Amino acid sequence: MRNVKPYDPLPTQRIAKANTSDLGKPGIHESAVKHVTGKAQYVDDIPELPGTLHMAAGGSAHAYAKILKVDLTAVLACPGVVAAYTHQDIPGEIDVAPVFTGDPLLAVDETQFVGQPLFLVVAETYEQAQAAVALANIDYQPLTPNIRLQQGLDSGHSVVPQHVMQRGDYGPAIANAEQRLQGEGYIGGQEHFYLEGQISMAWPTEDGGVHIHTSSQHPTEVQKLVAEVLHIGSHLVTAEVRRMGGGFGGKESQAAVLACSAALAANDLQRPVKYRMPRRADMERTGKRHDFGFQYDVGFTSQGDILGIDLTLAGLCGCSADLSQGIVDRAMFHADNGYSLNAAKVTGLAPRTHTVSNTAFRGFGGPKGMLAIETVMENIARATGQDPLAVRKRNLYRPGADTTHYGQKVEQLVLTDIVSRLETSSDYWQRREAVAAFNQHNPYLKKGLALTPVKFGISFTSKHLNQASALVHVYTDGTILVNHGGTEMGQGLYTKVAQIVASVFGVSSQRVQVTATRTDKVANSSPTAASSGTDLNGFAALNACEEIKHNLVQWACDCYGIEASKIVFSNDTVTLGEESLAFAELCRLAYMSRVPLMAHGFYKTPKIHYDRATGQGQPFFYFANGAACSEVLIDCLTGEYKVLRADILHDVGRSLNPAIDIGQVEGGFIQGMGWLTSEELLWDDRGRVISNSPANYKIPTAFDVPAEFNVALYESANPESTVLNSKAVGEPPLMLALSVWAALSDACAAVAEYRCCPRLDAPATAEKVLAAVGAAQQFLQEQNHE
Amino acid sequence: MIHFCLNGTWRSESQVEPSMTILRYLRTNVGQMGTKEGCASGDCGACTVMLGEYLDGEWRYRAINSCITLLASAHGRHLVTVEGLADQSDPHHLHPVQQAMVDVHASQCGFCTPGFVMSLAVAGDQNPQAELTEAQVIDAISGNLCRCTGYRPIVDAGLLSHSYPSNQAQYQSAAPPAQGLAQASLTKQQQFCHLPTNEQQLQDLLAQNPMARIIAGGTDLMLEQTQNFKSLPQLVGISQVAGLNSISQSEGRVTVGCAVTYAQLETQLKDSFPAFVDLLHRLGSRQIRNQATLVGNIANASPIGDTPPFLLTLNAELVLASTQAQRRVALADFFVDYKQTLLQPGEYIRQVEFDLPTADFVRAYKISKRYEDDISAVLLVVRWHIADGKFSAVKIAYGGMAAIPKRALAAEQAMLGQPACEQTVLAAAQCVAQEFTPLSDVRASADYRLQVAKNCLHKAWLESQAQAVSVWQPAATRRTQQVFGGQNA
Repeated sequence: MRNVKPYDPLPTQRIAKANTSDLGKPGIHESAVKHVTGKAQYVDDIPELPGTLHMAAGGSAHAYAKILKVDLTAVLACPGVVAAYTHQDIPGEIDVAPVFTGDPLLAVDETQFVGQPLFLVVAETYEQAQAAVALANIDYQPLTPNIRLQQGLDSGHSVVPQHVMQRGDYGPAIANAEQRLQGEGYIGGQEHFYLEGQISMAWPTEDGGVHIHTSSQHPTEVQKLVAEVLHIGSHLVTAEVRRMGGGFGGKESQAAVLACSAALAANDLQRPVKYRMPRRADMERTGKRHDFGFQYDVGFTSQGDILGIDLTLAGLCGCSADLSQGIVDRAMFHADNGYSLNAAKVTGLAPRTHTVSNTAFRGFGGPKGMLAIETVMENIARATGQDPLAVRKRNLYRPGADTTHYGQKVEQLVLTDIVSRLETSSDYWQRREAVAAFNQHNPYLKKGLALTPVKFGISFTSKHLNQASALVHVYTDGTILVNHGGTEMGQGLYTKVAQIVASVFGVSSQRVQVTATRTDKVANSSPTAASSGTDLNGFAALNACEEIKHNLVQWACDCYGIEASKIVFSNDTVTLGEESLAFAELCRLAYMSRVPLMAHGFYKTPKIHYDRATGQGQPFFYFANGAACSEVLIDCLTGEYKVLRADILHDVGRSLNPAIDIGQVEGGFIQGMGWLTSEELLWDDRGRVISNSPANYKIPTAFDVPAEFNVALYESANPESTVLNSKAVGEPPLMLALSVWAALSDACAAVAEYRCCPRLDAPATAEKVLAAVGAAQQFLQEQNHE
Repeated sequence: MIHFCLNGTWRSESQVEPSMTILRYLRTNVGQMGTKEGCASGDCGACTVMLGEYLDGEWRYRAINSCITLLASAHGRHLVTVEGLADQSDPHHLHPVQQAMVDVHASQCGFCTPGFVMSLAVAGDQNPQAELTEAQVIDAISGNLCRCTGYRPIVDAGLLSHSYPSNQAQYQSAAPPAQGLAQASLTKQQQFCHLPTNEQQLQDLLAQNPMARIIAGGTDLMLEQTQNFKSLPQLVGISQVAGLNSISQSEGRVTVGCAVTYAQLETQLKDSFPAFVDLLHRLGSRQIRNQATLVGNIANASPIGDTPPFLLTLNAELVLASTQAQRRVALADFFVDYKQTLLQPGEYIRQVEFDLPTADFVRAYKISKRYEDDISAVLLVVRWHIADGKFSAVKIAYGGMAAIPKRALAAEQAMLGQPACEQTVLAAAQCVAQEFTPLSDVRASADYRLQVAKNCLHKAWLESQAQAVSVWQPAATRRTQQVFGGQNA
């Protein structure tokens, strides 16, 4: 540039307001105003280029069948239809699996689940494309599908081999224990129900590539798979994500199918193509949280201390591996929740079924391992005649009992303190007495109370994913642009990164603009998943900023003849010994002196390793912790219930933004509550998802939020060197909702005066609660007969 | 040609598809992208907009789901979207609800946010003098789903918004409809949507087009288009027909015209028939109740429609009309089989009439996975009178237990004239098992349906004796707290 006259678009009068967006302060979401005014742009809101076509996919009618004939004559004759594609039209790689193999973009000769895409149609309008797909003439030779978890286990087919984590001599420990229990349970999956459905839009570029606007948590994977499908280089494909209308894991791997499909047609026709899935198709054709079954054999003392356990976790993976290895692994890693299991064997199974391939969902397997061990805790409590909280507390990791079944030492033993603080603040024991009194006087209504801990491991368990890059540009007017590999799905990542960047330069975050995540700006990014978005990208951005700041300081030391320690960046101003300059002016002067003002930052998580062969290692950099106490009221005639109160204390390390962190905690809790209560996924025997719309799949509404809802951050610096010693917060709070399930279990047990632990599978719908009440009543009757 | 006002500016349309929804019109024809499609079935509320009617010299707004509302139904009305809510002359000024949402961190991914903003803005507009109560806020957003926040801050925003300053927005000075917005219609090739304004026109249109679909709120009919992508080529709207949208009460009977929405019923029967209004709250969301009609629920003939079982206990009768004649049928005879009724081509349900029970015990029990805005697994309505220690006038009806909403005649017989006591009711409950063989489906298993069908009858007895057996008691006062921490830092 030639003209370098002083210019600052953000003179300092706004600083008072800017202070609220300082690091550690409850600044508003960077898009909040755009959200409430409807100006925030999602993929479907991007103005369509002239000639944009719309895509729909024709899905298999059978779960498992040979495809004999695909006749698209009638489809092609429909008004508005421009083209149709089968697997034969794919120029490059057909398989779009994220890790292993087995996810053909379009089925080749066999179908693997109901709704599996067999062909694609593009038409002038969305409605024309949707209407046309119904007219295909397809002949199948149906085969016998395996739909249920047990069918998958019985078939002997797995998407990945069995995995075992083992520590200590669990066999004798169980056999020689004072008490021993065996049991099993089933945990339903969960539909993501992101409010913005899956969508991608592909624009052909002049270089023979494509530009993809995608609602994806993993733009780099979209880029790579699109390149492979089109058989072109990654350098010709740009994937861009400004924001998603929710992801929750559902857009980690599964968004790529839409991107690749749209790119296929866009490349072929050289016209823009948009592929937006109708909600029903989204619910039928994209993966969900895995159903899990579990079996346990546990030995414990008469005080309820676990001495040994043999636990098997089986995740219903669906028709392909997708991310299931990591998900089953994480279920296994979390089969201890916060408890020392002593001698333990944890086995993970990944049966294959003819259903949609299940995928990542907030918690990524962890919630299922944790619900399994919490079931064990409930049963031990009833067997030993203790309050479940007493049993939980006894078994928490503590000095001398601090090593997990996969060999990682729990360094920060903070759960005892968290549980104890919550016990006090929620008034647990007094309320326990009140609940007991209520239950004695009410034959048809019962209250339940439970306080459960959460310990959640932070890091991708695939080591190579624990890296990130960021690009930071400081302009001569003192404004800053940052771009990183993380995606914004509502969790506030962009806000936190902007706060981090602003803090390095001591400026208000209004000076900082985080721009859309694009593969042509930051390459080889990891998915925004595993709660790691801020840990990784925030640190990468921090590193880039530090480099620029270092350049500025070096130059200023020379220029002003002072020591680096005399240079302070704060309040949009730089103090240089006796002098001070507006930040913008410093940037301008540095530019004139040929100081580089842009940098690329890189970060990789230290310390982590895991050996699959031995099932031992340190897969997690650190753990996030929390605890929740929930109280419920159940109706013993119908099984209906209401969550009356929830108290939460959750560990976020030193919070980067407490308002955003509280939002994650509350939102995660309610989402977890939905998973464990009203959200029931159901398939018929032919493998069709029958919970296929919001009319029959019920996520919580505002009414379901407990009337008393107290949420506190247990803010204590992360002993590990994360950004500002903060902790990840995306996934862990989901599992605070285990307290709701445990409280329901407690209320059902109250029917039998806490003398048995009636089985309560998740989701604990009113129907399942009534069944558990019935089991408790039956137990009482049998006892009275004896 | 139809005429309607959009964010304060009147416009006319004649070339749009007759069955076009408001949402599609906004997004594809106008290019206003603030209103979102989350489900296209009226279940999530992301598409919520305000629809105003000019009544008694002022605009009165209600929240509707634009994804399943015909654009044609906006004829003569005022559509307000998130783009038109705030004062456009001051880019920094937000509508009070918008500002409150920002300040309390009530958006995360932001996709549902415009819908919540519109739902809360209408609630505030209807209640300008005072803060909204918690119950009003919850009711206002009963049809809005959020997957990120857990709702607490959104409810906070609804409670706080009254305290924010409000600037005049352009929509608030919208001109009233021009005089004589007469019968309107949209036609394109063979497709049409006619909006007659009197019954003669309606009858003629139906006689000429016996295959035309009658549409009022359209909250069910429109799903054929938005979910199954089937066309709705012939539509006759009844919402603007004079005389069909009123409710009258006399001599213990209520008469409800076919264009009367649930929202109207809620207002008018709130004091005289609270048991019925309570059920309406659970029948559908705020947005659905603002659009959908009682008669539509009957005409739809769903086995799980929530009001037909209720009406069966109220000796309901229907008046069916056509150019040929007008006839009166008992509701119990109207349902022939699954989704089949006595209604003939060219005929429409003019009105429904039912008892207004004053001296009887009347209660509805709805079992569903979620309290709000869910379809019943089982619905039970009981009505009885107790005189001289004996049951009389017993009416028991179930939804979700058979192919049609149905009375439990054997159970009624088992109670009639019998001593009013728990044993009698439990004996009657046993009859239910013999009378009904429900199905298993996505909402519940057959076993559960039978069990709660019996148990709810028992519950009714217990509640009639003032025993506490419901978890749906008035909620405790809302108490929420967020502690940012720092004491351990």
